[in-house]
Amino acid sequence: MQCGPPNAPCGRWGGEKILEALVYLCGFSAIIFVLGIFVFVFKEALPVLTNENFSLSQFLFSSDWYPTSESNKRYGVFAMIAGTVSVTGLAMVIAVPFGLGAAIYLSEFCGQKTRETLKIVIEFLAAVPSVVWGFIGLTVMSKLIVQYTGAPVGVNVLNGGIILALMSVPIIVSISEDALKAVPDSYREAAIALGVTRWQLVWRVLLPAAKQGLLAAVLLGVGRGVGETMAVLMATGHAVHIPHSVLDSVRTLTANIAAELGEAPAGSDHYRVLFLTGVLLFTITFGVNLIADTIVRGIRRK
Amino acid sequence: MNSAAGHVLFVETPAVRRKLRQEALAKWVFCAMAAAMVVPLLLIVGYLVVRAAPSLNLEFLLEVPKRGMTEGGIWPALIGTIYLVFISLAVSAPIGILAAIYLNEYARDNWFNRVINLAVINLAGVPSIVHALFGLGAFVYAAKFGYSIISASLTLAIMTLPVIIASTREALASVPQSFREACWNVGATRWQTIKSVVLPNSISGILTGVILQVSRAAGETAPVMFTGVVFFKSIERGDLFPYYLNEQCMALSMHLYTISTQVPGVKESIPYATAVVLLALVVMVNAAAISLRVYLRSRQKW
Repeated sequence: MQCGPPNAPCGRWGGEKILEALVYLCGFSAIIFVLGIFVFVFKEALPVLTNENFSLSQFLFSSDWYPTSESNKRYGVFAMIAGTVSVTGLAMVIAVPFGLGAAIYLSEFCGQKTRETLKIVIEFLAAVPSVVWGFIGLTVMSKLIVQYTGAPVGVNVLNGGIILALMSVPIIVSISEDALKAVPDSYREAAIALGVTRWQLVWRVLLPAAKQGLLAAVLLGVGRGVGETMAVLMATGHAVHIPHSVLDSVRTLTANIAAELGEAPAGSDHYRVLFLTGVLLFTITFGVNLIADTIVRGIRRK
Repeated sequence: MNSAAGHVLFVETPAVRRKLRQEALAKWVFCAMAAAMVVPLLLIVGYLVVRAAPSLNLEFLLEVPKRGMTEGGIWPALIGTIYLVFISLAVSAPIGILAAIYLNEYARDNWFNRVINLAVINLAGVPSIVHALFGLGAFVYAAKFGYSIISASLTLAIMTLPVIIASTREALASVPQSFREACWNVGATRWQTIKSVVLPNSISGILTGVILQVSRAAGETAPVMFTGVVFFKSIERGDLFPYYLNEQCMALSMHLYTISTQVPGVKESIPYATAVVLLALVVMVNAAAISLRVYLRSRQKW
């Protein structure tokens, strides 16, 4: 900022000083809360890490999840990691092409009125609560899946993937649209001057020029998918095993916490392992968001 | 450059015709992709409303659940959700708005403020179930609020905070810099400028952002289900102040999860009607936000 306000005369503006201190405090609050989340979740998980019956490699790479076994308690979340990866992966396979297609249609092909309407619908799509999505998966989608694929149960990877795709499409559309808009007009003008069609413009000019922003959009979609809880809890079934097809039921990391936290006695190993799963989720989404943000920031600077 | 029959200068060669066909095809494909998000949403919402129809009346809203939640209405859940939404926003809106004022009006571009920005972005990406773990560790146990409305509302407040910060910042940033400079030049301090120029010119935008969080706070399930929301709580029909803040309450989102997965023999239309009430809430909130935005745009002075 080149020019600033005059300095307040000393003494006369006591109330103002207090208000400004409050503004600064609130400004720093985001850091306090992020650290607070990490510290509190990690603090609850910490005792289990020093427990000799517990090994981190077993936690990450074993798919034996028997937290309530009498004789041999085992805490391996690999099956849940596989569940999260499969559901999120399928969701992205569906959501990325459709989200990009919709973003391209919004920013390049449709008129002003259609764009406004579509944007309102997409905003609504983003605002539908996740428990309602879960309910839709449980009732509508599972019936459709049983009817059309002949799967024995309708709550499975496919169901969770479709629901999650519908949930992550809005964020993919809005970030991709921003990325397409950020392509300089001179690129468009140069291409149009060469006599390209809009399809060629999109395919040969806009997509290559906006590819970083589109990558960020996909990453944010992944972050949303990995962290989603209620919808996958209700729509993916409750089988702790590594899925072999999209019609298998799975359990994700998030759903595992939601399903078992209520039953795990506070302070038990089981309870602490669930918090450790929380640390794992926090780390994953932190990384994904960090990368996406770095990319978006890089684009803005350009 | 549509088919110009008889046009002298441009004769359509097969290559041009192919190009145009390609463009038309691309347009329809992208249009179909956009429609693929909108149409299922409308169909699903329509289906939910049809299935919910037998239970959709005022009596359903005002009645308490009966016979082990298999019949009756949703009053305790509805009023619980209202409690949670208002308390959480009463906490997060002031903090969020002040934080945004700090970031937009006070913060210089240095490493510390970049860290704050990063924290805000990551706070927005923290999975809802991790917020639940944090709420359980920090508010229920560490702060000794127990399982209560206070714990649940504070958890929700931290969850809605980053989005309020982001939307408020956008509203503040849309006030032209020249407004501020003009105010500084007549000798106003930074805070006086914010109070008398920046805030009045951005208040609608700020409110829009806060209003949109009502639907988010009302729809979230995971963060409240372990911090203060219970399956069932017996209260009077139509009672407006049934809960104390240190008590647990019911909430609509949790109620939908419970009656659709945990309680056997629920009257068929009740879960659908609960989902429709949640959706209706989201639609109303979004409609309010959109109309506020349209109103704001119509009277914007610059």
